[in-house]
Amino acid sequence: MKKPKHAFADMLFRNATRFFAFAVFCLLLAILISLAFGSTTTLHKYGLSFLWTNDWDPVNSQFGALVPIFGTLATSIVALVIAVPVSFGIAMFLTELSPAWLRRPLGIAIEMLAAIPSIIYGMWGLFIFAPLFQHYVEPYLIHALSPIPGIGFMFKGPAFGIGVFTAGGILAVMIIPFITAVMRDVFELVPSLLKESAYGLGGTTWEVMCKVVLPYTRIGVIGGIMLGLGRALGETMAVTFVIGNAFRLGSLFQPGNSIASALANQFAEASDATHRSALIELGLILFLITTIVLALSKLLLLRLAKSEGARS
Amino acid sequence: MSTLGMNNPIYRRRSRVNKAMLALSFLAVVFGLFWLFWIIATLLYKGGAQFTFTLFTQVTPPPGSPGGLINAIVGSGLMAGVGTLIGTPVGIMAGTYLAEYGRRGWLAPATRFINDVLLSAPSIVVGLFIYTVYVAQAKHFSGWAGAIVLSVLVVPVVVRTTDDMLKLVPNSLREACAALGCPEWKMITLVCYRAARSGIVTGVLLAIARIVGETAPLVFTALNSQFMTWNMNAPMANLPMTIYQYAMSPYDDWQHLAWAGALLITLVVLVVNIVARALFSRPNV
Repeated sequence: MKKPKHAFADMLFRNATRFFAFAVFCLLLAILISLAFGSTTTLHKYGLSFLWTNDWDPVNSQFGALVPIFGTLATSIVALVIAVPVSFGIAMFLTELSPAWLRRPLGIAIEMLAAIPSIIYGMWGLFIFAPLFQHYVEPYLIHALSPIPGIGFMFKGPAFGIGVFTAGGILAVMIIPFITAVMRDVFELVPSLLKESAYGLGGTTWEVMCKVVLPYTRIGVIGGIMLGLGRALGETMAVTFVIGNAFRLGSLFQPGNSIASALANQFAEASDATHRSALIELGLILFLITTIVLALSKLLLLRLAKSEGARS
Repeated sequence: MSTLGMNNPIYRRRSRVNKAMLALSFLAVVFGLFWLFWIIATLLYKGGAQFTFTLFTQVTPPPGSPGGLINAIVGSGLMAGVGTLIGTPVGIMAGTYLAEYGRRGWLAPATRFINDVLLSAPSIVVGLFIYTVYVAQAKHFSGWAGAIVLSVLVVPVVVRTTDDMLKLVPNSLREACAALGCPEWKMITLVCYRAARSGIVTGVLLAIARIVGETAPLVFTALNSQFMTWNMNAPMANLPMTIYQYAMSPYDDWQHLAWAGALLITLVVLVVNIVARALFSRPNV
């Protein structure tokens, strides 16, 4: 049997697309390898102790990542604590309560929060939000939270306006659209039959939400929260403006530093090789953490999609 | 009958909880919109006053003298343009493989997974990546490096939308092609792409909206420049870095320019986003 004339063209096209798909596949690994390669100096010098050393002194060439790692995790956790309930509320409003004509414009408005560039959040946070927060909110939060035994020490100190908590608050606004989008999508997966049965038994809207919809979509909701966490961990400019760029461990209301903001602040000025290598290693740590978080999020969402496919 | 009536305490409590929760959910929406409008109002108020003609005719000034942002606007446009031109074909080809050829084998699901991770990966790390593989080897910051970083950020967005949109193309179209004896590559480029066109264009527009405001990766690649230049082999002025530098400066007139730049960037991003959405909601023609 003779091969058709176009077989060669077909093969060429198929392999070209496969080549580019393979390039995307390799990209993640390429980033990891190049960052590991760029940070060999400090990887050799400090080994794993880099992770928990609290010492960042470019002048004497001493580097430890504890402060930025703490800052990254603390800002992200503050962001999640604020963003998760708000996103749940918005997703609930959009799927269950909103009149149909309002759904699309409202949804787009919330998505626009994700479209605003990070640097705009940072600038607005520094010039508008931080001063107001410092004068009208922070003193009351410090007053209310610092006497709590056990965790009170995290909320002590004077009100600076800028600091870890402020950065977390702005991150919260930035990740709300991502978490909301996933929650909306998974809430819409719930079969109407289930919801209608619950309503038919006399359940209120809230009971249907938290006893039918939420258990049904639990995995997807967690996936959405992880996606928001992944976004918050790597957010750079917004945090850089308001976190204060101080290598210090302490209260959440004090200036601190996150991995991304340390990179943005110091990289251009870092002249000696060890300093650069330490910064690149920070980038490597950030990339590893976010990749793991985002991969988990993706796996959870895939699991929900799969069980959904099996059921229907 | 009274136990089932409106006065039943259990019923009243459930109803109260329900009302409180619905009110909170409404408040959550108000909370979200509040920030959006506050930020946009601030930009309009602070940036609008500086929005003059000279913004688009003069280069960034030294502190104390008048000036505009034209070099930054040109640099941003150039790098975003080149970045999109490099990233889009790569993304469309990879997305085509995922949707059209990826039914069997391990590459397609694995790539789809990795692409989704890259979609949300911190852009600053991508900047660091291009720094180590390109800038550190070339030993100087440059507009090309900036364009390459932006192209790497374009790829995952385009891959994702191309993949999704091609999967929406009905199989009957493909079968009709095959029945007419059409080669596979012609089927994909002439039929599937055409059917998915508005979706793919939406993806490209969303990618542009994403890279126009990117600042962090440019810190390691294009850096910034005070001069008007079309030479992409040298450090290149760009809006986000100029905004960053000027906003952090102690000079009033620099801060004013930063607000004007911030308003400009936000307007561009929001308009592109809205155009992309409007395009996609229109039924395919």
